[in-house]
Amino acid sequence: MSDLLANLPGRHLEAWHYTDLKALKSFAFAAPAPAAIDSALLPDLAMNRIVFVNGFLDEALSVLPAWARLSSHEATKSDLPLAILNAQHRQAGIAIDIPDDVDAGAILLISISQAGAPIALFPRHRISLGRNAKLTLIDIAQGEGVYWHNPVSEISLADAAQLSHYRLQDEAEAAFHTATIFADIAASAAYESFSLVLGGQLSRAEFHARLGGAGADIHLNAAQLLAGTQHADFTSVVSHDAPHCASRQTVKSVLAGHSRGVFQGRIEVARAAQKTDGYQMNQALLLSPHAEIDSKPELEIFADDVKCSHGATIGALDPEQIFYLRSRGIPEPEARAMLIRAFIDEALAPVTHDQARALLERAIEGAWSKLVS
Amino acid sequence: MPAIAETLDTVQQITGSTYKYGFETDIEMEFAPRGLNEAIVRLISEKKGEPEWLLAWRLKSFAAWQKMEEPNWARVKHPPIDYNDLYYYAAPKRPAPKSLADVDPDLLAMYEKLGIPLNERASLAGVAVDAVFDSVSVATTFRESLSKVGVIFCSISEAVREHPELVRKYLGSVVPAGDNYFTALNSAVFSDGSFVFIPRGVRCPMELSTYFRINARNTGQFERTLIIAEEGASVSYLEGCTAPMRDENQLHAAVVELVALDEAKIKYSTVQNWYPGDAQGRGGIYNFVTKRGACRGANSKISWTQVETGSAITWKYPSCILQGEGSVGEFYSVAVTNNHQQADTGTKMIHLGANTSSTIIAKGISAGQSNNTYRGLVRIMPNARNARNFTQCDSLLIGDRCGAHTVPYIECRNPTGKVEHEATTSKIADDQLFYCRSRGLSEEDSVGLIVNGFCKDVLKELPMEFAVEAQKLLAVSLEGSVG
Amino acid sequence: MLEIKNLSARIDDKEILRGIDLVVPQGEIHAIMGPNGAGKSTLSYVLSGRDGYEVTGGTATLNGVDLLAMAPEERAAAGVFLAFQYPVELPGVGNANFIRTALNAILRARGEPELDAVAFLKRARAEIKRLAMPEDMLKRNVNVGFSGGEKKRNEVLQMALLRPRIAILDETDSGLDIDALKIVADGVNALRGPDFSALVITHYQRLLDHIVPDYVHVLANGRIVRSGGPELAHELEAHGYAGLEAA
Ligand SMILES: Nc1ncnc2c1ncn2[C@@H]1O[C@H](COP(=O)(O)OP(=O)(O)O)[C@@H](O)[C@H]1O
Ligand SMILES: [Mg+2]
Repeated sequence: MSDLLANLPGRHLEAWHYTDLKALKSFAFAAPAPAAIDSALLPDLAMNRIVFVNGFLDEALSVLPAWARLSSHEATKSDLPLAILNAQHRQAGIAIDIPDDVDAGAILLISISQAGAPIALFPRHRISLGRNAKLTLIDIAQGEGVYWHNPVSEISLADAAQLSHYRLQDEAEAAFHTATIFADIAASAAYESFSLVLGGQLSRAEFHARLGGAGADIHLNAAQLLAGTQHADFTSVVSHDAPHCASRQTVKSVLAGHSRGVFQGRIEVARAAQKTDGYQMNQALLLSPHAEIDSKPELEIFADDVKCSHGATIGALDPEQIFYLRSRGIPEPEARAMLIRAFIDEALAPVTHDQARALLERAIEGAWSKLVS
Repeated sequence: MPAIAETLDTVQQITGSTYKYGFETDIEMEFAPRGLNEAIVRLISEKKGEPEWLLAWRLKSFAAWQKMEEPNWARVKHPPIDYNDLYYYAAPKRPAPKSLADVDPDLLAMYEKLGIPLNERASLAGVAVDAVFDSVSVATTFRESLSKVGVIFCSISEAVREHPELVRKYLGSVVPAGDNYFTALNSAVFSDGSFVFIPRGVRCPMELSTYFRINARNTGQFERTLIIAEEGASVSYLEGCTAPMRDENQLHAAVVELVALDEAKIKYSTVQNWYPGDAQGRGGIYNFVTKRGACRGANSKISWTQVETGSAITWKYPSCILQGEGSVGEFYSVAVTNNHQQADTGTKMIHLGANTSSTIIAKGISAGQSNNTYRGLVRIMPNARNARNFTQCDSLLIGDRCGAHTVPYIECRNPTGKVEHEATTSKIADDQLFYCRSRGLSEEDSVGLIVNGFCKDVLKELPMEFAVEAQKLLAVSLEGSVG
Repeated sequence: MLEIKNLSARIDDKEILRGIDLVVPQGEIHAIMGPNGAGKSTLSYVLSGRDGYEVTGGTATLNGVDLLAMAPEERAAAGVFLAFQYPVELPGVGNANFIRTALNAILRARGEPELDAVAFLKRARAEIKRLAMPEDMLKRNVNVGFSGGEKKRNEVLQMALLRPRIAILDETDSGLDIDALKIVADGVNALRGPDFSALVITHYQRLLDHIVPDYVHVLANGRIVRSGGPELAHELEAHGYAGLEAA
């Protein structure tokens, strides 16, 4: 895989202005080999599950739903450098096809990487929901060692389909994670997503969502909880191509240590997309004098009868609030944790599935120590 | 919607005649040969009788420019510019006037026609004017009364001759020659512009203003403005710009540098009304301008206010470098685009010092088939303790063939910093229009009223003498779209 | 017993408290009145440990324990409660969760067993009912979107649930209508007993009609300039503070 690093996007590209992939170049990534893992690593969730270990479907640990199968389908063309790399090196991924009118409940899709020596993974998943179909997908990435996980997910929702997509990026401390998610959303369909970004030394989640039919709806929320020297980038492009669609985005960045959070969000409203309702908000909480946030909320609007707004706020915890909590007897670290938890709460709004919610709450809980110390 | 469509039709009929500054003045001119090379740079310097150091600076800038490429990140499109097909120097043939009495009467008449009387008795009360015609300054009014309090207000060419130590100290100190493609070009071939120096403790007793006029065909205008406010000084400065209507595009690449020392205040207002091109998008000025102010001193303040209605393309980001502790940067902007105009404008607020604060209020109005982009950077550096920024960007779309874009870059590296950015996009609501019309206003007046209301936060920052003018300008600029 | 001796404090370089002497024995309720800007809120903040105040002299102890050396949460655990003049909003923090966390932190600090969610809710609901507050007050975010009166009542609810030894009520009555005023007063009166004392800061006699204080003090210009029985409040109501500041 020697040519791997030759075509990495550079910072001269506007889309990569704030994220530098050159750290990848200090590793010689090899192709992964299958590995066995302890089933204790899997979260305790009562649902069908699809388990990938080092990019290979672990049939023993998986409980495949009827609609899922391993697949090495053609990659849809894209001009994104990392999606192209994924297409070139792609590994078989899961294909989930929910038929029309089926409520498929919840599925766990978990990707566990076990890297002795550095490995690179290029899974390509496809999730398609038929008309009026429904699915909750809990999408977890975790692992150990140094690896580069560069998954691409192609999501398509037919008319009136509903997908709740909860992502937990909890990769190993030394890992690189660069995920690209394409979502094509038809009329009256709804894509609800929340990404919790906890792990990796350098990560990026890049969404390209297209609202292609009237009345489509998208929620693209995220929370980044970073410490140490972590760098995490959340980039999204939401294209409103049809009228009467709504997009909502709340991204919260909590940055401790020397970490750096990046938010780049663009709402594009095409001429035809009259009556668009677009909202986008990035809020960052800087917990340390060495943390940095770079935020670029962007609007690109070609229709006149739309309601679009965006905002960004950056600040530290409010000393008045901390004092109020402490005056009621709550010790300072706990007071800070409460306020941080409250700060990200709004982003969690789309997570309505109980098990998913509990899982994410636990993961957030687990991140306090690195943030509040 | 139907109401607007109707107005579109009615008003479409009066287009073409809307740019009232589009006349050409027949003045005998002297041109440098067409094209750009080292010899031209030397010639410009020689024409102006410049010292050796300035020529050397120009040549260095020219060498740098040759190695640079035109920036392409802005949301503007234009056919490639042939930099060798332009005149870089054009001046009225008459020898430079020694006083207002010597100014070519034809020129005086032209400025009268533009509403800028240069005759001191007839001029706007309390406003001193420097008039720049193509490549040279033709007149500066009220110099005497200003010099009594120690204020220097003259053309930059004259400042090079009369106050070389000041020019040498500050020229290029805020905007380095090699800052970008257009600053390098400007530094090589800049022709004229204004120079303002307000000494320590002096409040400039009147508004200063420069009036820029491009007249000659195929001529680029590359003016250079330098304003220095020493400790405790303050000044309010306004520039206005117009150009004749022509089918070809003309290039304007100016550089403005402001320096504010301790407790100094500079207010810089622009009413930019270069010829925007016709309804089909033919002609108009390419306005590629770099404006930057350095708040070097503690508690200094630089405030930019701009009303941008003209130019085929506007590429302009008046910025503040907030270095002095407690310094303040402000940017108030109205940008109107109509027909095929393209504007990519905004600001940069670079917070370096502690307790610095900045405010950005930007209003974009797009009509016709135009594109209007706000692009702004707010950067809080690690040493900028307790820095504050507030940004509000609002876009108004008139008609459904235009575009409105907002591209903020927000970078914060200090936890005590506080940054807030808000942006909205809307249209003139039918019920707002109806409400006004039901009170008896015509539709055009209603739109004018609503647009002015939308821009109020910015317009109120303009010096009073110009606020009314600016309001009228807004209405005129939107003619042919709705009102 | 709250004992304040010769307490002085400043903000930045501005001297605000200039030697306060005040003793509130267990079981007593004292009122503090005084003109705007006298330093009443400053005193309450200094007692509860807010940042930004420099104590330049004197002491403050609760039952012999030095309050000034403690962190705000330690003072709360020791039994100090401040009903804020301007209660702080905490977006995203649920009221019930907030009060329970606080109560359990205090119980933990005192080595007492914590309360589980069910037991807490039961207690909270009972208090809410007694204080005639809307039930949804527990579900909402702390003080977010509360009216001025609701915020003040929420302070009283917290006091009722946290059961302090000394409650400092900083103008808890301002902005309340008569009914709400009675509720607030009932809340304080319900806690009255040998283990509870209170410092009630107010401008108005009408609160003191409902919470009858044992003593009334006048704070002006950073000092207690007069003390007396409940009748002093009537006198102030009639004649204002004029003439007191010089004393
Ligand atoms: N943060 C502060 N910085 C500077 N002065 C303050 C601050 N807070 C209060 N003060 C001043 O301290 C004095 C006492 O204020 P305060 O204790 O709020 O008075 P009261 O509650 O009696 O009306 C006033 O003069 C007020 O202006
Ligand atoms: Mg007070």
